[in-house]
Amino acid sequence: MPEAALPARALRAPASQARGARGEALAGLFLTLPAGISYVLLLLLPTIAAVLLAFTDYELGAPDVRWIGIENFRELVDDRGFVISLRNTIVYVGIVAPASIAGALVLALLIEATTRGKALFRAVFFLPVVSLPVGMATAWQYLLHPTIGPVNAFLRDVGVAGPAWLTSSDTVLLSLAFIGIWEAIGFNLVLFLAGLTAIPRELHQAAEVDGVRSAWERFRLVTWPLLGPTTLFVVTITMIRSVRVFDSVAVLTQGGPNRASEVLLYTMYTEGFTFFRLGYSAAITLVFLVIVLGLMLLQTKVLDRRVHYG
Amino acid sequence: MAGIAISNVCKSFGSFEALRGVSLEVQPGEFVALVGPSGCGKTTLMRIVAGIERQDAGRISIGGRDVGQLRAADRDVAMVFQSYALYPHLTVAQNIAVPLVMRRLDNLQRLPLLGRWWPGSRAARQAIHEDAAKAAAALGLGSMLDRRPAQLSGGQRQRVALARAIVRHPKAFLMDEPLSNLDAALRVQTRREIVDIHRRAGATTLYVTHDQAEALTMADRVAVMLAGEILQVDTPDRVYSDPQDLRVAGFIGSPRINTLPAEARGDGAVEVAGVPVGLGTPDCGPLTLAIRPEDLRPDPGGRLEAVAEHVEFLGESLLLHGRLPQTGTAVTLRLPPGSQMPSGSFRLGFAAERALLFDAAGRRATLRLAVHAHA
Repeated sequence: MPEAALPARALRAPASQARGARGEALAGLFLTLPAGISYVLLLLLPTIAAVLLAFTDYELGAPDVRWIGIENFRELVDDRGFVISLRNTIVYVGIVAPASIAGALVLALLIEATTRGKALFRAVFFLPVVSLPVGMATAWQYLLHPTIGPVNAFLRDVGVAGPAWLTSSDTVLLSLAFIGIWEAIGFNLVLFLAGLTAIPRELHQAAEVDGVRSAWERFRLVTWPLLGPTTLFVVTITMIRSVRVFDSVAVLTQGGPNRASEVLLYTMYTEGFTFFRLGYSAAITLVFLVIVLGLMLLQTKVLDRRVHYG
Repeated sequence: MAGIAISNVCKSFGSFEALRGVSLEVQPGEFVALVGPSGCGKTTLMRIVAGIERQDAGRISIGGRDVGQLRAADRDVAMVFQSYALYPHLTVAQNIAVPLVMRRLDNLQRLPLLGRWWPGSRAARQAIHEDAAKAAAALGLGSMLDRRPAQLSGGQRQRVALARAIVRHPKAFLMDEPLSNLDAALRVQTRREIVDIHRRAGATTLYVTHDQAEALTMADRVAVMLAGEILQVDTPDRVYSDPQDLRVAGFIGSPRINTLPAEARGDGAVEVAGVPVGLGTPDCGPLTLAIRPEDLRPDPGGRLEAVAEHVEFLGESLLLHGRLPQTGTAVTLRLPPGSQMPSGSFRLGFAAERALLFDAAGRRATLRLAVHAHA
């Protein structure tokens, strides 16, 4: 192994400083090899393969592969199923991200203001995060069942006819979004609580002495700006996590009824592993990748500039 | 300007009594330093005056008005925190302007974005900006208005905190160890600046510190606080030379005052280690004789015997550390540089009129100079 010999020799004979520095750089490179190799094998190559696959008509078990350029993407644009799926995903993220972020922030402020039971509230809201998504989805299936579910039983008791939450195309996406909020809110809550404890108490006291009278004014002057870095992180992670919605859809609705709950990753999954159109599925993956990268870029470039790390 | 009156304030945290009936009066325009070791309750007392914390019992009035029911925002005092407590996301100018924005603009004018165009908002904001710039200029921050706290040095942050306090001409200034995060040279300089600000503004100031040098050099009067009680409030000179409590004598002064265990005989003559030292007192029983290091000197005619141990050179003076052989009590003498240093055993003399006597409870005891003998 010639690479292995290099840093050892460099260490043994640091003849000149330039050579020594080069030897050190090589040693550094060498030491990153395990991480580098696993990155290339497990992340970079599969990603490149998926990107390349997106420009072919490869189907699982097909004898030959043809390079078809952007044909897959042209098909995507005309594919009503994909357009619905993309729209559903955007609606889902549009509901889950703001609601779970705002909800978590309000809950965190309330919990922070209480003097007793902080740990209890934190644990209660964090439970969904540590529970198994598929198991929880089954529990929701029972809760939201149109005839035997407790939710509709309660609605019947107060004289309202509950909808078929997960089986009507009018409510299915809303129901899934609600489950998504329930899952995400605990995670965001814990992040916000950590951010709140990092704000020096003296700043709130200084604000009071400076003439801040209302909780809202204190929030605006101190809490919100100092939560900036936390909020940026929460926004990024929540959007990416909710673009990735899959478990609840796969378990509860399989994209139905009539594609009303079809989301991006579920479409990718059915195209790839039900219809075995791996090339087409890879094209959807690429769209997903672009969306996620776009979100990350937007957040680091645009929002980062407006967040002050005190 | 308004005075501050604190009467019989008590405060406990759980079973810990932080303040045990503290009373203190700060006259309008006066600079009072509250000095004491860490954990003596001085910061708690200041926070109670500011309205950040509530007392369990007792009264606080500012400008003759009971502020017990008033929130911090309504007490019209400014506070400088030990950590400066600057808003990290605001510029220097915005930081200084916060107290004015909160007081001069109403809720609608303070609205984000929209508030800027509310009637009267523009003129008010312009005036606030000018006042903030004036306060900044007074503290030499004129060129730093657009910087953020993270871009400033410790001393500059300190000035921003001071500017934020002076900008709105409050009824009183409360300063909580404002210099303790600065290095030694900057501390001396800022000490002067705070005194200057006080002179110029004539503002009532309550200044908390654990550093007796700060308290003695800056304040009109010093309040010495120990274990939740104020033991003495007096001018710096009298706190030093005329302490009313042994703990005050021990806390003020560096090096520490010498304390010699003593005994008053039936006829009132004071003895140290069985030797009469030429002092008398009306009471009898165990006493403590306290003498400042600069009031002790080697004296061939002195009555006490001491053994020299080692010498410290301080530049402007020498410290001679020794011990009384009979009792093992340590003594420190401050001598002019170049003094003849005794080695081994020597006789110890002191200025009798400068000696302080304290009774067994640590309270000051009456001292009578015995005419028939000299020390």
